[in-house]
Amino acid sequence: MSFAGTFGLWMAVFFTFSIFSFLYKDNPFYKFAEQVFVGLSAAYWLVYLYYSIMLPNLFSKLISDFKGNLILLIPAALGIMMLMRIIPKTQWISRFPIAIMIGTSAGISMVRYAKSDLLSQISATMINPFAAVSVSAVIGNFLLIIGTICGVYFFYFSKKQEGLSAVPSKLGIWFLMISFGASFGYTVMARISLLIGRLEFILKDWLHIIK
Amino acid sequence: MKRNLPLIFAFISGILVVISEFIPHRPFSQMVSTLQDWFMIIAGFAIILGQISLFQANLAKIKEKKSGWYFYLAGLLSFMLMLVIGLLWGTQEYRGLIGHGEAIQGWLGSKPFDYMFDNAYMPLSATMFSLLAFFIASAAYRAFIIRSFESNLLMITAVIVILGRTSFGGMLTAWLPESFKFWHLPNLSDFIMEYPNSAAQRAIMISAALGIIGSSLRIILGIERSYLGSDK
Repeated sequence: MSFAGTFGLWMAVFFTFSIFSFLYKDNPFYKFAEQVFVGLSAAYWLVYLYYSIMLPNLFSKLISDFKGNLILLIPAALGIMMLMRIIPKTQWISRFPIAIMIGTSAGISMVRYAKSDLLSQISATMINPFAAVSVSAVIGNFLLIIGTICGVYFFYFSKKQEGLSAVPSKLGIWFLMISFGASFGYTVMARISLLIGRLEFILKDWLHIIK
Repeated sequence: MKRNLPLIFAFISGILVVISEFIPHRPFSQMVSTLQDWFMIIAGFAIILGQISLFQANLAKIKEKKSGWYFYLAGLLSFMLMLVIGLLWGTQEYRGLIGHGEAIQGWLGSKPFDYMFDNAYMPLSATMFSLLAFFIASAAYRAFIIRSFESNLLMITAVIVILGRTSFGGMLTAWLPESFKFWHLPNLSDFIMEYPNSAAQRAIMISAALGIIGSSLRIILGIERSYLGSDK
């Protein structure tokens, strides 16, 4: 292995052990690795942003055909106005690009969520529970309908839920708990697989104990 | 002007997007397409603003020599290093400001940005998230000792889903006869994912969508203006 390859491998091992050292207690190695991670992440996303958004949508177009893309100076100016937030005296200037961004994203979210999350989910729940091939699927369809209605009812906070009206809410909580349990299970599996990946790196790539 | 003009901007941009959904023809379709392109560019500057803010916050801690300031210095140096090598020599797909850096690539085996990504960023990121496996285990223990019906429901579901998605889970219930195939852990896990889990996810999605529509309307109509900040 080349010197650069060996150095890279040892660097990865150092950072892996530095992060794992937190399992014992907070220590300078962990703090160092944590800050390096923050710095690298920030720079990674900045470089990614430059090459995938700013360069093709703004800089390349302005450099290749400035006169034809004069309109792009407007978002560029709005972007620079956004950076005015750094200076306390000129902070108010950033309100204009922020307002455009917030307004646009509010419009986009409103339409998108109304279509994909509200209407399509409601229509997907309006099913004939008996139109299934097996008994378990029929029971499942009933659970799907009851769970969705009770879950939505649980999120209705405009009226105090007590007595009989609290029953669907309670059922809703049970369905939500099942869902959180499933998400929890998936998260555990994803994290364990990452852990296995790191152990494999240490035992296979670094120590060559396993093949 | 400092407050009302931004509100008008938010109203016009928001209402244009909504109108274009109902009238997907010129000039609305074109205006919204332009607006979305601008949105992407302005959002790019917003991310740059965030990075500058992070840089400033760390720099202030170093200048004031706050406790552990050298860790923040390490963070800043790693930020600068990754940024400079990324801009100068580019990434695997993109050419940098001074080219692809063939000479340095020959020595490192890949572009400097990708070398740092593979040997520093990726191990740090994967280890940081794998660390959560241990904390999740302790959270699970705490959930078990609460001993309420809801917490038990959560944990039993989690165990069924975990076991049902592994070969070990399948092995545990492999002895069950065909007539009890519903109770095979992989089948039970699939059932939970397909029906009760979907029901709760739908309830969350419908409720969240209602909330988002409401708050979007408040923003477009200028009722919600906290994003403008104070006048001070």
